[in-house]
Amino acid sequence: MTPAVLAAAGPVIPNFAAQSSSCEIHNRLFCTGWISRNWGPVLWPALREHIVLALVAVAIGFVIAMALAVAAHRFAWLERPTTLVTTILYTIPALALFELLAAPVGLNVFSAEIALVSYTLLILFRNILAGLRAVPADVLDAAEGVGMSQTQTLLRVELPLALPAIVAGLRIAVVTIIALATIVYVVYDRGLGVPIHTALGEGPFKTELIAAGVLAIGLALLADGLLVIAQRLLTPWARAS
Amino acid sequence: MKIADTAHNEGPSAFAQAAELELRKVSKRYPGQREPAIRELSLTVPAGEVCVLVGPSGSGKTTAMRLINRMIPITSGDILLGGRSVLEREPRQLRREIGYVIQQVGLFPHLSVGENIATVPRLLGWPKERIAARVHELLELIGLDPQEMNGRYPAQLSGGQRQRVGVARALAADPPLMLMDEPFGAIDPINRARLQDEFLGLQEKVKKTVVFVTHDIDEAIKMGDRIAILREGGVLAQYDTPREILTHPADEFVARFVGADRGLKRLALTKVAELKLAEPNGSRPDPGADVVRRVSPETSVRDALSLMLTEGGEPLTVVDADGRVEGLLTLGVIEQLLSDEAEEPAPDAAQPQPERTR
Repeated sequence: MTPAVLAAAGPVIPNFAAQSSSCEIHNRLFCTGWISRNWGPVLWPALREHIVLALVAVAIGFVIAMALAVAAHRFAWLERPTTLVTTILYTIPALALFELLAAPVGLNVFSAEIALVSYTLLILFRNILAGLRAVPADVLDAAEGVGMSQTQTLLRVELPLALPAIVAGLRIAVVTIIALATIVYVVYDRGLGVPIHTALGEGPFKTELIAAGVLAIGLALLADGLLVIAQRLLTPWARAS
Repeated sequence: MKIADTAHNEGPSAFAQAAELELRKVSKRYPGQREPAIRELSLTVPAGEVCVLVGPSGSGKTTAMRLINRMIPITSGDILLGGRSVLEREPRQLRREIGYVIQQVGLFPHLSVGENIATVPRLLGWPKERIAARVHELLELIGLDPQEMNGRYPAQLSGGQRQRVGVARALAADPPLMLMDEPFGAIDPINRARLQDEFLGLQEKVKKTVVFVTHDIDEAIKMGDRIAILREGGVLAQYDTPREILTHPADEFVARFVGADRGLKRLALTKVAELKLAEPNGSRPDPGADVVRRVSPETSVRDALSLMLTEGGEPLTVVDADGRVEGLLTLGVIEQLLSDEAEEPAPDAAQPQPERTR
């Protein structure tokens, strides 16, 4: 649609015509009135859904990537095929992947989560594996020499020492997934992608677009910040020098 | 079980009995290599003694050490610790009973000093209070203030402190045997000498059986009750006390390895107090000017000789801590020591020859 057509069609604020302020009717940059009326019914539910979508995806992705990385740490030959598969998954265009999943899986939460999880794997796998491999040789020698089993070495020495690398991977994955989850609406109408899509499709209505976009960005920054704090609390030794 | 025996009495009395270590024709051949890394190595370390494995690189000294706690599997032969074959033991259980110290220390960077020292007791499942008491005791033993150091991380320690903590971690569960792989190799010379002295002092108290690996013959002479000199290919060239090795090297290789200055090294093993000194001229040291020509009976003969040479070969007055003159140290006295030692029989030539006559 061209601006001319838009103008001819008049203000395009759906559903709320009765309550619309002049700010909304003229589609100015940001209308606080719209926000306060729609926080409860539209924005807050979308934000909540978005958080759940991203959390579930990163959690499942973390568990899978951890298992793959621990296996590849013990059996080095696993690294190549795992990297290959996760890289291919990572390179599939997101929209295409959603469409691909829609047919066999359906338009539901599973399609959404499968796609999101698949984008976390490469980042998390690589970072966890790099962290495990960066444990100094003398430390591993000492762990063996004092009589730790492989599992004890993994749990008591390697994973704690890999924490900074693991958290670094989590930070990238979380920010990526929070951004990516805005297009989940293609297969599953939840999350901040829904108001963004609505705002784009109908207008675009600037206030709704900006509000949902800012919420997505803010959420990503907040999650990133929380992870930084978590890492500082979990690795006091890393600052000791 | 040995571990349980020490459960109730903390303190120096808690140290478990050191165990005799015996290597019986131990060989190690790595797969795909024709020459063995260790060839039929046999030696016995009496309980409570320090055995230094020394040799050039490629002599397999570290390999030999790591065969003992089965970090490297033995190809043939047997190793007995306290009369019991290590091959019968579950490797992880075995290692928890053998202290392990390495050059790079290998402290766990994410654990505090106290937690590092507590590693083996935790693996053994000691109760919390006993672990805490043991950590406290060990920190005091290695001369670190428990209050101040317990919570520090390895990155906050100096190299010397880290190495001390490494030794404490190895001692934590009262192992009857300690393996030490070039433990002071990464420390600067001044601190190394101090750590060596500290360890010898510690060993006086704990009396562990120790296998100590180094490439430095001077360190071997200083630390070892016995020295095993290995040559390339893991062959034992000589196993003897430092004095015997310096006085009667078994062959060319050993003589070259201990160095052309082995005469001087031998002097380093003897204290002035052990010499038959010449009669002093007077009962009191000459005051004033002669102060530089005095030595204490605790000085090594090597250092005393060095001082004597600096002073133009003049005799030195040996003065004890109370200022009493014990005698005169002359070049003749040192010559006598050297000729006495040269005439002692080598141990493998130890025929029944109780009284030597001149």
